[in-house]
Amino acid sequence: MDKKIIYMDHNATTPLHPRVKEEMSAMMDVFGNPSSMHSFGRQAKRRIEDARETIAGFIAAKSDEIVFVGSGSEANNTVLKLFSCCSHRCAVGQDAPREVITTRIEHPCVMEASHCLRDQGIKVHYLDVDAQGKVNKDQLKTLLLSDKILLVSVMLANNEIGTIQDIKEIARIVHEKGIFLHTDAVQAVGKIPVDVNDLGVDFLSFSAHKIYGPKGVGALYVRQGVPFCPFIHGGHQERGRRAGTENTIGIVGFAKAIEMRTEEMHDEHQRLLRLKQLMKDDIQKKINDVYFNGHPVDSLAGTLNVSFEGAEGEALLLYLDLEGIAVSTGSACASGSLDPSHVLLATGVSAEAAHGSLRISLGRETTEEEVSCLLDKLPAIVKKVRGMSTAYSMRRK
Amino acid sequence: MENKSNWVYSDVVKEHFMNPRNVLEDESAYADDGKGVVGNVKCGDQMMVVIKVDKEKGVITDCRWKTYGCASAIASTSILSEAVKGMTLDEAFHISPKDIAARLGGLPEHKIHCSVLGDKALRAAINDYYVRQGAPEKVVKEKARIICQCMNVTDQEIEDAVLEGVRTYLSLQEHTKLGTVCGQCKGEAIQLMQKYIQEHFGDKKL
Repeated sequence: MDKKIIYMDHNATTPLHPRVKEEMSAMMDVFGNPSSMHSFGRQAKRRIEDARETIAGFIAAKSDEIVFVGSGSEANNTVLKLFSCCSHRCAVGQDAPREVITTRIEHPCVMEASHCLRDQGIKVHYLDVDAQGKVNKDQLKTLLLSDKILLVSVMLANNEIGTIQDIKEIARIVHEKGIFLHTDAVQAVGKIPVDVNDLGVDFLSFSAHKIYGPKGVGALYVRQGVPFCPFIHGGHQERGRRAGTENTIGIVGFAKAIEMRTEEMHDEHQRLLRLKQLMKDDIQKKINDVYFNGHPVDSLAGTLNVSFEGAEGEALLLYLDLEGIAVSTGSACASGSLDPSHVLLATGVSAEAAHGSLRISLGRETTEEEVSCLLDKLPAIVKKVRGMSTAYSMRRK
Repeated sequence: MENKSNWVYSDVVKEHFMNPRNVLEDESAYADDGKGVVGNVKCGDQMMVVIKVDKEKGVITDCRWKTYGCASAIASTSILSEAVKGMTLDEAFHISPKDIAARLGGLPEHKIHCSVLGDKALRAAINDYYVRQGAPEKVVKEKARIICQCMNVTDQEIEDAVLEGVRTYLSLQEHTKLGTVCGQCKGEAIQLMQKYIQEHFGDKKL
């Protein structure tokens, strides 16, 4: 490959931090089963428990409140399905009428898991969001008047538009009713400060690969004393909370990624905020008929979601790809379904604007030079796509 | 699907996406003999096809287009505009989505509906030409026969559902609401669905 590839899709996944890679490479030789009593096992176990402590500390949790899982999706599914367990041996599953509250902008793994609950006869309420993607708290209060609610699940930061919810306030509202609150913090942990005690959540999901750690490892915070039922049954790993031999290398890589976040997160946040502002200003200056999606302030620093009127997102994405720039889109065409982004539609954006959206997500290695390169290419690409577009020419009439 | 360069679509799609042919640059300066617009921006795809016709020979002499849509939609209209030049109106009228997909070196299944719009837009343009020529009797209506009387679902909608990925009666019901009231049309609907699956995806294992 002769052309430099510019990666601006960090909300999808991130490259391994070089230090994480180092740590994981060294860890390749630690093969013992952490459940074994002999020295090989004890060595592996020790590394996992050290990792647990690092990771717990990062979100101000206690070590034994962290359960390692296989992904953010698994963490979310574990919580969503907690209350639908129908085993008589389970302390959590209940026979009484049950209802769950979540939002219209959750990640597909929460959405699909909630549909599964619905199929099991559990009523699921989906909170609306405003034009900036903030959850309707009055609606939440009204729904909480019901005594059948078991769980509320609201994501901390949205993967598509970057909007950050007022989880602290939501936790207060939910806890007034004595109900459990889960937050999907996959996009938040490692990008903004997350303190489980300050937020006041009962469950919190996060993942390694969004923050320069390896794929295939995530974590679930479960507040002490909160009921729990394992999603995967089997051995007594993770204190009986998640069966399956531990992903030792992944977990150690996860901890290293978290350690590096502690060092880099703050400065990176400031730098990405500036780069995002640069992009916004420049796009607005160079391209007509654009709309920025999401919250202007309460938003992930590296996430910019923008709609180009009359230009379809997949075409934009692929022209950028041909220039060696990787971004994402909320267009249906790129997703394999016929509906555009459910998140953008929930914010009241038209289907057309959702089809014409790009998500540009910056990360720790993104340079100002790369941003300039994007800003150099983008106007011509939008112009080209619009030049071919029925929608744009009809609009201008 | 032919794909040497590890791209999302075939090399032919890539080439037409990078260098789209016959884009209608200036609509107002183009004196077309027939024009067809199909699709809906809300659904993510819309196409406009305009044609010039040699009226004596009944041959298409030029074809231009505009498309709002993804790479495969752009490539579909681009390759169609090349293919129809020199065709008689009758030949052009019978171009099928499968023809377009084949010329493109194949399309992923969920993208077939993009090429469907191309041939539809072309037929709309040809029909428009007939109307303008004062020969509305030549206009061929899109086939559309009501199969489900209760929910008013046509064979065309069953075909579209198949092109959008429907493979089972259950998903056809979900997609079109067909057969959800009296259920009398079930047999015919399944037959049609299978016919369209065979027609459009016949060379693939179902």
